[in-house]
Amino acid sequence: MVKLNVNGTSHDVDVDPATPLLYVLRNDLKLNGAKFGCGLGQCGACTVMVDGKAVFSCLTPAMLVEGREIKTVEGLGTIDDPGPMQKAFIEQQAAQCGYCIAGMMMRAQALLEAKPDAADADIRQALEPNLCRCGTHMRILRAVARARDLMQGKSAGNMAPAAATGRG
Amino acid sequence: MNAPNPLPDVTRRGFLAGAGALVVSFAIPAEAQEGEVPTAPGAQAVKPKLPGSLADTPSLDAWIRIDADGSITVFTGKAELGQGTKTSLRQIAAEELEVEPASIKLVTADTALTPNEGYTAGSQTIQNSGTAIRYAAAQVRQILIAKASQKLGAPVEALKAQAGAIVGPNGAKASYGELVSADFLHVDAAADTKLKPPAAYHAIGKPFARVDIPAKVTGGNAYVQDMQPPGLVHARVVRPPSYNARLTDFADAAVKAMPGVIAVVRDGDFLAVVAEQEFQAVRAMRAMAGVARWQEQPALPDQYDLPAFLKKSVSEVGAVTSVGADSVPGARTLEAQFTRAYQMHGSIGPSSAVAMVDNGLTTVWTHTQGVYPDRKAIAQMLGVPEEKVRCIHTEGSGCYGHNGADDAAADAALIAQKVPGKPVRVQWMRDQEHLWEPYGPAMLTKASATLDQNGNIVNWHYDLWSNSHGTRPGSAGSLIAGRLMARHFPPDPAKLQISPLGNGDRNAIPLYDVPNQRVNWHFIADMPVRVSSLRSLGAYCNVFSIESFMDELALAANADPVEYRLRHLKDPRARKVIEVAAEKFGWSKDPLPEGRGRGFAFAKYKNHAAYLAVALEADVDSDSGAIKVSRVVTAVDCGEAVAPDSIVNQTEGGILQSMSWTLYEAVHFDRTRILSPDWSTYPILRFSAVPDSIEVQVVDSPGTPYLGVAEAAQGPTAGAIANAFRSATGKRIYDLPYTRERVKGVLGV
Repeated sequence: MVKLNVNGTSHDVDVDPATPLLYVLRNDLKLNGAKFGCGLGQCGACTVMVDGKAVFSCLTPAMLVEGREIKTVEGLGTIDDPGPMQKAFIEQQAAQCGYCIAGMMMRAQALLEAKPDAADADIRQALEPNLCRCGTHMRILRAVARARDLMQGKSAGNMAPAAATGRG
Repeated sequence: MNAPNPLPDVTRRGFLAGAGALVVSFAIPAEAQEGEVPTAPGAQAVKPKLPGSLADTPSLDAWIRIDADGSITVFTGKAELGQGTKTSLRQIAAEELEVEPASIKLVTADTALTPNEGYTAGSQTIQNSGTAIRYAAAQVRQILIAKASQKLGAPVEALKAQAGAIVGPNGAKASYGELVSADFLHVDAAADTKLKPPAAYHAIGKPFARVDIPAKVTGGNAYVQDMQPPGLVHARVVRPPSYNARLTDFADAAVKAMPGVIAVVRDGDFLAVVAEQEFQAVRAMRAMAGVARWQEQPALPDQYDLPAFLKKSVSEVGAVTSVGADSVPGARTLEAQFTRAYQMHGSIGPSSAVAMVDNGLTTVWTHTQGVYPDRKAIAQMLGVPEEKVRCIHTEGSGCYGHNGADDAAADAALIAQKVPGKPVRVQWMRDQEHLWEPYGPAMLTKASATLDQNGNIVNWHYDLWSNSHGTRPGSAGSLIAGRLMARHFPPDPAKLQISPLGNGDRNAIPLYDVPNQRVNWHFIADMPVRVSSLRSLGAYCNVFSIESFMDELALAANADPVEYRLRHLKDPRARKVIEVAAEKFGWSKDPLPEGRGRGFAFAKYKNHAAYLAVALEADVDSDSGAIKVSRVVTAVDCGEAVAPDSIVNQTEGGILQSMSWTLYEAVHFDRTRILSPDWSTYPILRFSAVPDSIEVQVVDSPGTPYLGVAEAAQGPTAGAIANAFRSATGKRIYDLPYTRERVKGVLGV
């Protein structure tokens, strides 16, 4: 049995405490956001936040994060009421297959919570551990920059999707 | 449909009846249509060929259904792979049916429900399925108008479709639902259906947000990996350490006693375990790998001398083209030889599938590109009739061709037989995807051209050495499980086939105007390294070779590379994308800072699809050998643009993926084993290497046929990087990938 605080809710989960957090989130708590990508900490698809920091949930045994604040992409908002990070990704149409995207968003969220005025270069550097195979990088960078602006209350600007400009 | 947790619903009739709708029947052709092969000519002799996939599935009710409540369902045999087709196909149907795209329900690839459109491959979804849906929808609209004419007593000329109803003079109106009657769409498509003119479009070419993205950014059920039907159990496979290894000893007693283990599956050399919880399955998998003993054999070629392997393994030579004279006198003849390593699809999510056996029916939820061919192969593997297997496409991680999807589906189907009644989810581990997916084949190409005294090309010879780029399912021997199981289905023998769509020879014929051409494919049937279709097939290496060589020829002719290409091109649409890319990039002869170069390349994909030109700027750091592409401008004409933002998205993605292939990617192996099991041994593009900007200019051609776009950037991007490197350093690299070690070697650092 492990006790986990995920997205502000406490859960008692009946699993082997050595189970990677990723499997507990996905199977026991039915949170689909974090994805299995490599199980090796090489791709970032499983990224979630623990006490504000981005971690690879595929490498993190559940027992190590008992009593700590775990946040997943489900904690950023809902499909009906998306948070700024999610709004920015939808607005920028920043996905192709989308498999890597939740991990990207959580790493970006950790950056922006620690450094709300992160520069574009900071965003690029922060995302280095996360892989995207579809080649959506330009849009991901743009979406995170947009999320930063939304979080800082800068809602002005071009809300139209990238189609309007054709620039990546 | 395609929601991750549907109950198996065996037939289309059942689906329709269950939905309380008008029940109709229709015929799906028995033979799987190979998406990469032209339509069989059988029906064409008697009547004109119908547009797109209507040629194979002509009945309108195979594509479109309208219920008595007015709701519209569109069926496509193509799958969403991340290209945005769940959105763009809705736009197309909505256009001709005069409704909003969001109001349409779309059912994608499902052997019980949708037309058989072969594979979702070759950038042909919009071209084949989109065209079929477009014509079918236009004809449905006309049928509705004709029925409304009877009902309202008004001439058809006075009626029009508007927002889900047919409206006429004096407020006359009949909703679509009111016009529905039994079997009213059970008619064959007409070849001459008139489409809406571009000026009247409300959906095509307009920016609609993709329907799938909100769920994907909020943790919704979006992928087969997310499926959790009641009673789900978890499976893992244990693969041999090398392709041909045979299991010699497997003491599984301890594994069977592990917590949560439900079943240990052994069928010949096929091993798997089923457990209650996922991590229990992972632990059991590791334990099984520890007790399995294998006999291995060295059967792989020398990774460091692939040209020698390719040259000595030729089984057949096919003429791709032969035009004009074999040799003509000229002022100068140049030659060059290029190679490409084996490269991976490298999906971020390893392959996965869910399968369940219920009352003799095996249902498989799979991210395959071809539900019908995969069903055929799985049915053969299981030794059951095809109707005893249903394959339902459910999204997975992006695939970029024939990756592990079909194999994971087969694994799940085979394992599910051992635990009937239980839904089983198979999830491959990272090393299983990296080691077992079929790679893009290694290639060798040789180009030779003769220039006249003005530098114009008068003779062109091009030879390529390659395996087949298509070993997709259709037979059980195409599946890993089929090969490993005790029955040991053999792989289908590879055959040389030369068709306009191309395979290893895709884009081997230069589009440039050259009066005398010889192009040959030296075909290699033997496949010691497992290979199949990787985005753009042979076009990636052929366009890299041709476009590198064109720059060499331009240099020899003392010509600007852009001008030299235009000089050899009459096709106005080809010229247009080249001119747009050059202009937007600011192409010039101006000197650049030391170590910086500019490169240009062009191709018309498959020589009959999208036109794409790319110009880019790159910096070469001679100390580290690193190439940094900083700025990319591309122009693409893929016919009428249905979803402009998806075209931009796909093109950006193609550029970045091709950049990754070109700069980093080669599968490593020794004579026995593949040695690239993860991202550290097979590195790909990361954010630090992403360009500062990528600009995509969509050259729209409203009212013209759809040409497809998803693969058009793969070849030109490699060519442009090659040419930028040459421009930056004065030296050319003839071998892919352009790794740091190779760069340093060429620069003599």
